[in-house]
Amino acid sequence: MNRKPSSQLTRSRIYYAWLFVAPTLIVLSMIAGWPLLRTIWFSLTDISLGNMQEYDFIGIDNFIFLMRDESWWQAVWNTVCFALISVSLETIFGLGIALILHAHFKGRAWVRTAVLIPWAIPTIVSAQMWRWMFNDVYGVINFMLVKIGLISQPLAWTADPFLSMSALIIVDVWKTTPFMALLLLAGLQMLPQECFEAAKVDGIHPIRVFWRVTLPLLKPSITVAVIFRTLDALRVFDIFYILTSGSEDTMSMSVFARQQLFEFQSVGLGSAASTLLFFIIALVSVIFLTLGRTRADAREDH
Amino acid sequence: MVSKTQRFILYFSSFFIMVIALFPFYWAIVSSLKSGTDLFRTDFIPPTFAWNNYVEIFKEQPFGRNILNSICVAVGTVSTCLLLAVSAAYSLGRVRFRGRSLLLGSILCVSMFPQVAVLSGMFELIRSLGLYNNLFGLGLSYLIFTLPFTVWILTTFMRQLPKEIEEAAILDGANTWTICFRIFLPLLWPALVTTGLLAFIAAWNEFLFALTFTVEAQSRTVPVAIALMTGASEHELPWGKIMAASVVVTLPLIALVLVFQRRIVSGLTAGAVKG
Repeated sequence: MNRKPSSQLTRSRIYYAWLFVAPTLIVLSMIAGWPLLRTIWFSLTDISLGNMQEYDFIGIDNFIFLMRDESWWQAVWNTVCFALISVSLETIFGLGIALILHAHFKGRAWVRTAVLIPWAIPTIVSAQMWRWMFNDVYGVINFMLVKIGLISQPLAWTADPFLSMSALIIVDVWKTTPFMALLLLAGLQMLPQECFEAAKVDGIHPIRVFWRVTLPLLKPSITVAVIFRTLDALRVFDIFYILTSGSEDTMSMSVFARQQLFEFQSVGLGSAASTLLFFIIALVSVIFLTLGRTRADAREDH
Repeated sequence: MVSKTQRFILYFSSFFIMVIALFPFYWAIVSSLKSGTDLFRTDFIPPTFAWNNYVEIFKEQPFGRNILNSICVAVGTVSTCLLLAVSAAYSLGRVRFRGRSLLLGSILCVSMFPQVAVLSGMFELIRSLGLYNNLFGLGLSYLIFTLPFTVWILTTFMRQLPKEIEEAAILDGANTWTICFRIFLPLLWPALVTTGLLAFIAAWNEFLFALTFTVEAQSRTVPVAIALMTGASEHELPWGKIMAASVVVTLPLIALVLVFQRRIVSGLTAGAVKG
């Protein structure tokens, strides 16, 4: 590993390697690195959308303002609640679907195809479809719930804060459980078959096998899937934007930031909110990574 | 082996899952085929097949143009992205050099970026390049989420190619360009199809950048057009037309999923499991 590049050939290979990776690095630093630095810089100024040439450096005033702003905290709370609940539900349902798809039965391919469809539908389209289904007067969901007798009056799904949060979670779970299920199914298919055969020979009850064998073995796959989905859920924008159309009580952090940036034209404040979201996501990633690492180390010690 | 009750539970839950997965889209199709006041009655089968919603979205607004915009942006992004990613994946997958894992790590970090974190910086960049309200600007910005995962997946595929091919090529005096694009590229076709499809779907579905970096109805992409569809008054959304547009946009994606199901699943899981 630590050998010095001795031969001419190795040296030229390394030169070409850098040459071939350079375009990607240049593009990524131009469209990711630079805009991120600019956003962080803007968050320390009083820049506005109307005049992006002249602005003053105001230090951390924007951040202080956000810390005292109730609607920002509401957005943080909404996003965190949304992420926690929807990712937990997706994990449970995804695991269930993965187990079903892992069993051998006729028509399994049909179920797998059907499950992929919600994933393929554009988020905006699924948000609009559900918004129509959740319509308070003409929506099919209210109609069915009244018909079954679960509710006596149609509910205002997208106006009431609690109900609209439930609606958002339902839409997100519907849309992204397939992704979870496919990741977990891939994990299930990679597990060593011997353990399951041994359990079957010993006549252990399937439910016990699930808790004692499947779940512990599947843990790494579940962890990866949960990390991916949590980071995704924390930056949610599309479905909040469509379903609740920017009402104060139900905004995600991304919706809040964009509203400040482009509707209220205060680029400084909006950038501060974006920067905070960036650091929150970075922090969550670091926590996940260190948790994963210490656990892996602990396993090696045994 | 499997008992009768287990089999029953299996089929029952499969049926239940399929109904839940498919019903919203079925309902969108049904609603899009209803016209006038039929829309406000909850018939599960449209009383008459009314195609006027489909005709109106193309007549009353530039929806055809929006579809063309989406296709152009997605195709442009995917081709640029694959070109850049193949050459980067060659370096990162085949050559050992100092800083390689650091590069891979930072590329993975970019894919974790929340899009809104670069929104104001990207807005300034696109405006200063004169690409505001322009499809090129949109295509450029989409590389931020398509490029990292394409590089990542292609690198893992590059790594699996046999070493002997490369050695033979070097002995024959092939240069790096030939090895990467003439020898490895044809071998990577399956991976290119997979990553290309995933990038296409991601670009086709993107909303935040498309909403922010375009202003005119003519230059919108499909998701923005569907999100901003309004009716005669603000409180009366044209649900029939919104559903018709949704069906038009989703059908090609469903066709892609049906045809390339295996490839998409393998790409999705390769990105996550090997990462």
